[in-house]
Amino acid sequence: MQQSTINPLEEYKYGFTTDIESIRAPKGLNEDIIKFISNIKKEPHWMLEWRLKAYSRLKNLKEPNWQKPKYPKIDYQNLYYYSAPKSSENKAKSLDEVDPKLIETYNKLGISLKEQEKLSGVAVDAIFDSVSVATTFKDKLTEKGIIFCPISEAIQKHPDLVKKYLGSVIPITDHYFATLNSAVFTDGSFVYVPQGVRCPMELSTYFRINASETGQFERTLIIADKGSYVSYLEGCTAPMRDENQLHAANVELVALDDAEIKYSTVQNWYPGDKDGKGGIYNFVTKRGACRGKNSKISWTQVETGSAITWKYPSCILQGDNSIGEFYSIAITNNYQQADTGTKMIHLGKNTKSKIISKAVSAGHADNTYRGLVRISSKASNSRNYTQCDSLLMGNKCGAHTIPYIENKNSSSNVEHEATTSKISEEQLFYCNQRGLNQEEAVGLIVNGFCKEVLQQLPMEFAVEAQKLVGISLEGSVG
Amino acid sequence: MLQITNLSASIDDKKILDGFNLKIKPGEVHALMGPNGSGKSTLANVLTGKNGYQVEGQVLYQGKDLLNLPIEERAQNGLFMAFQYPLEIAGVNTNNFLKTSLNTIRKVRGLKELDSLDFLNLIKTKIKKLKIDEKMLNRQLNVGFSGGEKKKNEILQMIILEPKLAILDETDSGLDIDAMKIVADGVNSLRSKDRSFLIITHYQRLLDYIKPDFVHILVDGKVAKTGCSELALELEKVGYEDMATSK
Repeated sequence: MQQSTINPLEEYKYGFTTDIESIRAPKGLNEDIIKFISNIKKEPHWMLEWRLKAYSRLKNLKEPNWQKPKYPKIDYQNLYYYSAPKSSENKAKSLDEVDPKLIETYNKLGISLKEQEKLSGVAVDAIFDSVSVATTFKDKLTEKGIIFCPISEAIQKHPDLVKKYLGSVIPITDHYFATLNSAVFTDGSFVYVPQGVRCPMELSTYFRINASETGQFERTLIIADKGSYVSYLEGCTAPMRDENQLHAANVELVALDDAEIKYSTVQNWYPGDKDGKGGIYNFVTKRGACRGKNSKISWTQVETGSAITWKYPSCILQGDNSIGEFYSIAITNNYQQADTGTKMIHLGKNTKSKIISKAVSAGHADNTYRGLVRISSKASNSRNYTQCDSLLMGNKCGAHTIPYIENKNSSSNVEHEATTSKISEEQLFYCNQRGLNQEEAVGLIVNGFCKEVLQQLPMEFAVEAQKLVGISLEGSVG
Repeated sequence: MLQITNLSASIDDKKILDGFNLKIKPGEVHALMGPNGSGKSTLANVLTGKNGYQVEGQVLYQGKDLLNLPIEERAQNGLFMAFQYPLEIAGVNTNNFLKTSLNTIRKVRGLKELDSLDFLNLIKTKIKKLKIDEKMLNRQLNVGFSGGEKKKNEILQMIILEPKLAILDETDSGLDIDAMKIVADGVNSLRSKDRSFLIITHYQRLLDYIKPDFVHILVDGKVAKTGCSELALELEKVGYEDMATSK
């Protein structure tokens, strides 16, 4: 009866692997592996101690299982915890010294490190498996006193800052995956913006998992000192593999008095094939502390990839008058699952938070918004506004909204709004009758649905994210 | 332009169109009238390609087998329908919808896509004639529009997309006299020797403003009577029942 005009699901465009010689630690998780990682990173002793403390804690922790997406048990002893391109043994001093194969990989991903350096005004740190391979724009940032480097380098060169802030937002005892990360993290980005400095460009990290059977455990730490501002963006892709790969990152943000951090994520890890085989487990802990008065942290995420996305970028609003924001688009298609949202913990007076969540579900996918808004007894005159919208396509997918609200201060206000809608056949017919094909129609409707969040992204990435939103839903109607 | 031969259409085995024939030449305006449930909207839906109908028979559109074309290709080839109940699409900006639609169609026709500025200039001149408030363009598509605004928006889209064959599915229903005149002016301004119209309506009223070349009376899924515009006036007097039985 129905004439389907849909092309078969377009293959995941970032699914290639780079054939590159790599150094790996042996499989398995134990003290020796942690020592191996710490040693190869030439870490000071205190860092190793820190890792081992986390590891001993980990042995007493259990993997959480309250989440909606269920997955087969992960064999942590059957994973590689360290993998690095061989050529990065002696870290390149400039882009010219970076292995051409790596540059080529990033070119294929649409991130030309060389061009980025010259043209786009975006400073990029590229992380390949477990190590950072290139950081652009270093000189220009150094002029302003901004530190933007791999965290492994920061541990060596800026130990005081790292010691002071690492684990200060996500303690090493926090929960299973965060603690695992603290024990075995390999690389990630470090940003420090000094007092009163407005970072003149977008900072961006690009994560790429290449090696098979490898977990990626990156650690990012961003500190915005008093009165400073920084906007940071991360992007992620991985090859197509039949196995599920674990990505358990920790991201910590600290905003001091009058400082602002804007953190954007475009997550496009391999989602698995259309039957749900393979794909990344994206189990990430992201937390920001608005430690100073009048500080602001804003999370924006576009989550289109991964077999399972399980994360709650959160804000701890300690400083009086501080502001936390969370803008999220989570798109699940085929057999993808997402359980994502945020936590807004209001501790200071006159603190404000805003949550805008847009969930799109297609195929057999399942999408859960889970969010906590907690207003403590001391957080007088605080406000939260939450809006959760779900859009369903077809009748085999699911959308769930699970808000937790705890308000212990009578002068504070919490608002929650939620809607669920469905793209109807009639709407698609209307668009088709105006000349748009199914995919263009879906792209238009979904982009309209997500607009409030897309607008939050830095200009350079908004267009790309818009396309991504369309692509991730290809083949979802018909 | 359009040749429909022995067209039948059913939903869930219920026959709605049964041996329907119609020929529309370039430049002609045809009015299709009929009582409720006679198959008027079904005809419009089948021609534009809506899913859910079992269809038999032949429809040639500009010499092409229309029934085998996907919905969007029919539209790209100049077939337009003004919906009886225009759809609301939350979040989608009206202006952006129109621009996307026009540019998709222009691309297929090998014309240059219009940038935002060119498009704005084009649309501004068109909305004036239809007495549409510019603010409407920045609202979400049809969301919260009044009945009249929705219908005017359909006519605006028709004018912008410049179709070869436009089907108006009861565009006049729910319009007051002033709005109907504006809609009729919109249609009349597009009339040309190579553009055709199929106007579906319950009432003769609209035909006071859009003078058709032919009027067809649809009863029980087929054309019961065809005549010139006077047929509509006669129908108004005697009603569908007498009209269908009289020869």
